[in-house]
Amino acid sequence: MLAEIMLAALWIGLTAYVLFGGADFGGGVWDLLAGGAVKGGRQRELVEHSIGPVWEANHVWLIFVIVLAWTGVPPVFAAVASTLYIPLTLAALGIIARGSAFAFRKASTELWQRRLFGATFAFSSVVTPFFLGTAAGAIASRRVPPGIARGDLVTSWLNPTSVVAGLLAVGTAAYLAAVYLTRDAERSGEQDLAEAFRRRALAAGAVVGLLSAAGLLVLHADAPGLFAELTSGRALPFLVLSIVAGLASLVLLWFRAYLAVRLSAALAVAGLLWGWGVGQYPTLLPGVTLRDAAATDSVLAASLGALAVGALLLVPSLWWLYATFQRGHRPPEQPIHGDG
Amino acid sequence: MTTYLLAEVTGADLAAARMQMALSLGWHIVIACFGVGMPAITLIAEWRGHRTGDVRYRLLARRWARAMGVLFAVGAVSGTILSFEMGLLWPGLMGVYGQVIGLPFSMEGIAFFIEAIFLGIYLYAWDRLRPVPHLLSGVPIMIAGVASAFFVVTANAWMQQPTGFDEVNGRIVAVNPWAAMFNPATPSQTVHMILAAFMVAGFGMAGVHAVALLRRPGDRYHRLGLLLPFTVAAIVAPVQVVVGDWSAHFVAQNQPVKLAAMEGVFRTARGVPLSVGGVAVDGEMRYALEIPYGLSLLAHWNPNAEIIGLNRTPPADRPPVNVIHWAFQIMVGVGFALVALGAWLAVGWKRRRDLPRSPWFLRATAVSGVAAVLALEAGWTVTEVGRQPWTVYGVLRTSDAVNPAPGLVYGFVLVSVVYVALTVATVYVLRRLARAVPVPLAPQEHDVTGYKVI
Repeated sequence: MLAEIMLAALWIGLTAYVLFGGADFGGGVWDLLAGGAVKGGRQRELVEHSIGPVWEANHVWLIFVIVLAWTGVPPVFAAVASTLYIPLTLAALGIIARGSAFAFRKASTELWQRRLFGATFAFSSVVTPFFLGTAAGAIASRRVPPGIARGDLVTSWLNPTSVVAGLLAVGTAAYLAAVYLTRDAERSGEQDLAEAFRRRALAAGAVVGLLSAAGLLVLHADAPGLFAELTSGRALPFLVLSIVAGLASLVLLWFRAYLAVRLSAALAVAGLLWGWGVGQYPTLLPGVTLRDAAATDSVLAASLGALAVGALLLVPSLWWLYATFQRGHRPPEQPIHGDG
Repeated sequence: MTTYLLAEVTGADLAAARMQMALSLGWHIVIACFGVGMPAITLIAEWRGHRTGDVRYRLLARRWARAMGVLFAVGAVSGTILSFEMGLLWPGLMGVYGQVIGLPFSMEGIAFFIEAIFLGIYLYAWDRLRPVPHLLSGVPIMIAGVASAFFVVTANAWMQQPTGFDEVNGRIVAVNPWAAMFNPATPSQTVHMILAAFMVAGFGMAGVHAVALLRRPGDRYHRLGLLLPFTVAAIVAPVQVVVGDWSAHFVAQNQPVKLAAMEGVFRTARGVPLSVGGVAVDGEMRYALEIPYGLSLLAHWNPNAEIIGLNRTPPADRPPVNVIHWAFQIMVGVGFALVALGAWLAVGWKRRRDLPRSPWFLRATAVSGVAAVLALEAGWTVTEVGRQPWTVYGVLRTSDAVNPAPGLVYGFVLVSVVYVALTVATVYVLRRLARAVPVPLAPQEHDVTGYKVI
């Protein structure tokens, strides 16, 4: 039972990372597509303004997932990391490039520096979710065998399922970001930007929908077990939830219900993730179930206890963070004066 | 022939994995030290500014906070890479023992989360909050930073003194995660590291203002910018000597092979002298200045105490002596030099309530940050290289922990290139931040006004 709770905690962490951290990557995707320095300036500013205060906190979810993986299911973590070390190394480097370039751009004033750091930030925002997606595809298509570095180092993550998963990761990131940014732009009174991101959210939503459909076809050929669970097994409700929420999001976007669409878009993405998780459960790797891989109960109990105590600290803190920056910004009345 | 080639490749890959870990860990730890020490020092400045109304303190707080924002971002991502690398490079360690050290890492995750959340608030809501709530929003950053350092170092301490688990045929059958976390090496190692972080941050920040004072002597803003972090570091430095002694005693008791390598002792004997300098050649320490009975006295408080020599350990299980011996000497030497620098200021302050007049004080302070980093890296070299050939001391060999997949060398090359670029960019951006004249309102919002440094 403890192992199941641990796995659920890990999956909640992954969902939060995709919904929050993913959207920060998506912000980078739109930064990349914003156009020239003058034309795209305001869009970039909105992206920067929206993700600036929160991206580090959002990023911590990934560390959470990694730590819970090696604590809760250590042999699975070792098998995944050792077989998939190429895409994961590239994703790690992408994470370095994205986070530091974002901070550097904020601290720079000259155009060429902002361009250089901005391009690094934007490019790595596309590359990183792609490689993380290919790693997810490798696990979903049973290409990571148990043991250390037992899988094929290249085809494990360069295969139809992985490529679709990689594209889907980039697509959902961009989609979520566009949905969130629409509301952010509306709140700061920039109606034209809100319209621009609404169009992008609609387009990205359509693309992600098509990619998901294509993904199902690929799964049918490449990972029939998971396909069967998703289309006729216990993962079906999650797939239905995802499809319904996805379609509802398009309708809500069409009618400019920007706050409601945040929820429905997040549900659509979460449905995909949980559909995968439930569809694959309890098999984590080929021939390895949760029971086989789980850490001892004493470790699970101690770590879950620590997480529970941590949650008591984290939930109000996170709420304060988001509440502080989702409120409209009132410019300060009085800057500090230098005549002291 | 094939076996020979295979062994060769594995050797290169193992070396590459170790170098990659050393590079990314050695890089991250410098930034992490600022993450641990800088919030407290910045908060002191902000608090003084609030209490006294002195605009220089308030300016210092804002500018330090701005640098902290950059450093924290870089630290967050360079720390993430480490958690990747634990699996990418050392699956043999994590696949078996990941659960044993999982608890402190889970806690570190929470602490890091708190740090990230409140740093977002502290940096971006500077002008949305009243002064006191804003000051208070910085307190969790300070506490969580120190807590993170503690949690992470407990995991490293476990690798030095693995306790709290039962293993049967390579499978972990029972774990006491609390016993693993609070292993015998934890107290001395965590305290030593947290104090080191304050020294690196304090001397590092003071160094920046020392350079500015060399350019503009008598500048009151920079004088304060030097004094505040310098005082913190100078108070910590002598305490660190005592804690370092505690750490050395612990190593002498529990990791005699490491102590023998630190001092280049090959033959077990009583009344062993302390070797200063020197090189180990062919199983003998040469050209060293020997202080009679010094090592026995320092390691066990007894001039006739027995020191176990490296000859008791099979050659394959010995760490490289010269690297560790010299790293240890550098750490101790720099440490004492920093204590002396602190004493210099104390004497000057007592006499004239001012910085020492000599420009050499400023010059020494200007390099004190780099020196503290050197001591930090040297100290970790002693800890980590001194543990070799083990990853988990006496339990798991490094060669069994490494990822056997081919091509780790290329990963190392790629990572090195990225880190060179990252270093250049970080130094460049921080230098620009240090020189930039306007100070923005909230440190990370770019509504820069034309506010001038005094």
